[in-house]
Order: sequence, then C-alpha cells, then structure tokens
Amino acid sequence: MSTPILNVRGLVKRFGGLLATDHVDLTVKPGEIHALIGPNGAGKTTLISQLMGELKPNEGTIELAGKPVDDLSTAKRVSLGLARTFQITCLLPDYTVLDNVAIAVQVRQGHSFRFWGNARSEAALREEARKYLHTVGMERRADELVANLSHGEQKQLELAVALATEPKLLLLDEPMAGLGHAESQQMIGILRNLKKQVSMLLVEHDMDAVFALADRISVLVYGRIIATGSVEEIRDNPEVRTAYLGEGEEVC
Amino acid sequence: MEKSLKRPALLAALLIALIALPTVADAAGFAALTSLATRVLIYGIAAASLNFVLGYGGMVSFGHAAFFGIGGYTVGILYQHYSLGEPLFGFIPGTNQMLITLPVAVVLSGIMAAIIGALSLRTGGVQFIMITLAFAQMLFFLFVSLKTYGGDDGLIIRRANELPWLNMRDKHTVYYVCLAIAVLFFAVLWRLVNSRFGNVIVGLRQSEKRMAAIGLPAYRYKLVAFIISGMGCGLAGALMANFLRFASPDMMHWTKSGELMIMVILGGVGTLFGPLIGAAVFIVLESVLASWTENWQLGLGLILLFVVLYTQGGVQALGARLVGRSA
Ligand SMILES: Nc1ncnc2c1ncn2[C@@H]1O[C@H](COP(=O)(O)OP(=O)(O)OP(=O)(O)O)[C@@H](O)[C@H]1O
Ligand SMILES: [Mg+2]
Repeated sequence: MSTPILNVRGLVKRFGGLLATDHVDLTVKPGEIHALIGPNGAGKTTLISQLMGELKPNEGTIELAGKPVDDLSTAKRVSLGLARTFQITCLLPDYTVLDNVAIAVQVRQGHSFRFWGNARSEAALREEARKYLHTVGMERRADELVANLSHGEQKQLELAVALATEPKLLLLDEPMAGLGHAESQQMIGILRNLKKQVSMLLVEHDMDAVFALADRISVLVYGRIIATGSVEEIRDNPEVRTAYLGEGEEVC
Repeated sequence: MEKSLKRPALLAALLIALIALPTVADAAGFAALTSLATRVLIYGIAAASLNFVLGYGGMVSFGHAAFFGIGGYTVGILYQHYSLGEPLFGFIPGTNQMLITLPVAVVLSGIMAAIIGALSLRTGGVQFIMITLAFAQMLFFLFVSLKTYGGDDGLIIRRANELPWLNMRDKHTVYYVCLAIAVLFFAVLWRLVNSRFGNVIVGLRQSEKRMAAIGLPAYRYKLVAFIISGMGCGLAGALMANFLRFASPDMMHWTKSGELMIMVILGGVGTLFGPLIGAAVFIVLESVLASWTENWQLGLGLILLFVVLYTQGGVQALGARLVGRSA
C-alpha cells in the first residue's frame, strides 16, 4: 500500500473542559476524496485548523506524505502541499478577484522581497492566475472587487485561491454551504474534475454532494470519529444513523 | 481611464507649483511661506513613512517619533563632535557633510526599527500600539538624561550640514534640497507599494489569516516593512534637524508620534500622497489656529473628529470625491 498523503494519529484538542478533537485517527490516500461529516459543533473546522497549523493540538501527530509536520508553521505546511478553504470565506476584500489569486501564485513562486517591479503588470503572473479562475469558471469576474461578489462566487474564489498554491491535499471546509442547487451542482462538477490532480478532505453537510464525490467517509461526533468506511458502509451503519443521520430520516 | 490621465497631470502641476513656491512667496511678500513649505515636505516624508506600515500594512505604530528623533540626533551628535573636534567614542570623527549624515541617520534609524520591530511585531492590536509607544518613550527619557548632548534642552546645531556646491545657509536652497529628496522619496515609495513586497504588505492588512493560508510567513515581511518605515522617518528627522538647526528629545516624545498619526489620518490612510496633504493641513492649521487662540489643539481635535467621522478617508478622499462629482 502506498503511503497516505495525510496520516493523523491520536490527535487531541481541548478548549478548557471541551474535548473538541478526541483522539482522532484519520488517513487520506493519494487521489482520494475523503469526506468528513458530522453534526454542528462536532469539531470539523477545529480539525482542519490543526492540520493547517493554525491551531496547536494538545496531543498527537500529523504526517503529510509520510513526513511529520507537527513543528512546522502554516506557511511551511502550505509549501509542502497543504491548502484549505474557509467555511466562513476569508478573502482579501479590497482586492479584485484576479488579485486574490495572483497573490497566491506570487507567494508560491518564492519570497516576495522584490521591491521594484509592479506586481500588477507582471503578465506571466496574471496569466497564470487566470488559469485557476478558469478552472472554477470565474474568469469573467476577474476584475470585480471581492466585496462585490455573491456568496457563491466567494466560495468559488476560495477554491481558486487554494488551487493557486498547487496543493497535493486540499482541505475543503463546507464548500457548498449556502450555495443554491445550481451552484452546488457546478461545485460538485468542479471538484470531480479536480480529483485527478489533488487529494481532498471534504467537510460537507450536503449529503448529495458527499455521496456523489466521496471515496470514503468518516463520521465525527463530539470530536470523536465513530465510523470510517465506503459510502455504502456509512449509509448502512446503524450507529451513524442514530448519531448523525437521524433515525427514521430517509437518506438519499 | 480618465483617472490614469488625470493623475500624472495633477502631479506635474503640483511639482511645478512647489518649484515656483519660494519665488512666488517672496514676490507676494510671504517669505515665511517657504519655511512653512519646507516643514510640510519634511513632515510629509515622515508621515508617509508611518503610513507605509500603518495605512498599507495595518500595523498601528505609536512610536514612530523614535526614528524621527534618531535621525535628528544623528545629525546633531555628528555635528557636535565635528565642531568640538573630538571623535565619538574616541574613534568616530564627527561631520557636517549632509552626504554622510543623511545616510548614517537612515541606517541608524533602520537598525533601531529592526530592534523595536523584532520585539514588538510578535504581538498585535492594542499590545503592539502600547509596546511601540513604550520603546519610543524609553528613547525619549534616554536622550533627556544624556547631558553630554544637551539633555532636556536639546542640541543646537550652529550651521546646517553642507552639501558640495550649495549654500545651505540660504533658506531657498534648503527648501529645494528637501523638495528634491521628497520627490525621490515618493517615487521610491510609489514603486514600493506597487511591488510584490507591497502586494503582500497590503494583503497582510486585509487578512493575516488569508495570507498565512496561501503560505506567507508574515513576520519577516512585517519586520522589513517596519524597518523601511523607520528609515523614512529617520531621513525626515535628519532633514528636520538641519532645517531647525536643532535636535531635542521633543522630536521623539509621544505627542510627536501622535502628530504623525494625525497627519496620516487627516490626509488619508493608505494613500500615497495623503500623508503629505495631511502634513500640509496640519501645519497650516497649527499656525493659523495658534495665532487665534492658545487652545489651538482643541480646534485641531474638532477638525480631526470631523475628518474621521465625515470624510471617509481623509482630505485626499474628500478632494477626489469633490473632483469626481464636478467632473
Ligand atoms: N477557539 C475556540 N475556543 C473555544 N471553543 C471553541 C473554539 N473553536 C471552536 N470551539 C468549540 O469547539 C467545538 C467544535 O467547533 P467546530 O467549529 O470545529 O465545529 P464544526 O464541526 O466545524 O461545526 P459546524 O458544522 O457548525 O461548522 C464547538 O463546540 C465550538 O464551540
Ligand atoms: Mg465548521
């Protein structure tokens, strides 16, 4: 078996008395879309923040492609191929759509201690940034200010910015939340196309999207992973049905 | 489109006006205007330097007078050792040559900014404001206690630094030297804010979280921005010491840091020329209000309140909106 792209062992995070991450073990295999589902407040976002190094776990280890990253800063982890999108979108509001992607390309290309040339007239940089906008179908909105984007467009831009860092593993925190039906379908299409290039950990409440995309699913409840398995296994797991999917409620 | 044409034309007009200013002022019998304009240029450089971290980078430093003072004292101390003929620490000769004192002032204030920045940039928000303020006040009290260099009373510089072929005792010459340096300074600043470096600095102001998520190690960029900003204030301080022929602890008092901030806010936070406009408004208001009433600071405070509450981006934005409306 090939080394997993992400390997989490015994991860624990406490907020005072609250156990937000409770001895989580999790792997994402190369080329896989691994969905992470769970009720509100289960600790999904907290888990992603720890993977990125934005939050420090109390216990446990995180390996990226076989290499421990526990002591590395967020910036270092990103350079090793980790990227995330934010559930509550986090973009540069005074910049245009294209600027937001271009700055991610710029940072990936190396240090930014360049004090003279105009970053906005670097044709190669702008061109490359457009490529990622094209991937998410936003190239026609390139010159729009982020502050003027709709919620759905912001979600798409989040994805384009994450892709611009050229990740090996993409951590998606509820990319469909707040999207209309058509927008969700479009996002599912985009993610399906991306599957060839990048592995994903997909946090999502939209079960249609999860069942459409995921190779494996893990279920997180009160910080603990109560089940991991294929779509069918999770769908039929009685514990999952009571704890999360809700008894009696028809799934899909 | 229209804006991109308007701007260079406006700048050219401004530059011509500034070049003509001393002659016009003399002809009109307002010779004092040249001195006023010299101060505006110098404070404009200092305020624009502060604005680079405050407005562009979102780092609210309340201690930038420290670098202004370091620049001033560099000129003053080098001049004292030059005029007494005894080297500093026994081996560094003093000098009255501006081509030496200005670069030395810039380097020393840069080093001081590196030290203060390295220690304060680990924090953020109110803590950062308080730490920068504390460092500046420490330097203030250090220079107050340095009796060799005048202590409380400051250092008198009997003659402005010399520049080859120029008569620096002439007020017009000093003005033109400051104007030339200001033009150069703003040209460099303009390149800087539009560069890749400026791009990440402005990005950090908008969202540090986002910048970390795209892989930017923020600290080192903030530190370099802080150093550049300190160097700019040091340059301004050195010019001010030459202009006033005086350096004193007041240059680094917290009220001076506050004045620089007021200039930035008056003119327009995060704009290239806003701080220069802010410096002009501040200095003109100061002289006009001071001639009316002893409590001129009260008037200034009211005007500042108006600017913050009603102009949404300082005098520069107000002007832009008025021009935009009439056009
Ligand atoms: N910084 C923090 N300090 C204290 N408690 C926190 C903090 N961040 C999250 N929590 C708590 O940890 C728990 C997990 O939160 P988290 O945001 O990770 O849940 P989630 O699974 O992402 O939920 P949702 O589906 O609503 O996004 C919640 O009870 C939350 O209140
Ligand atoms: Mg969440």
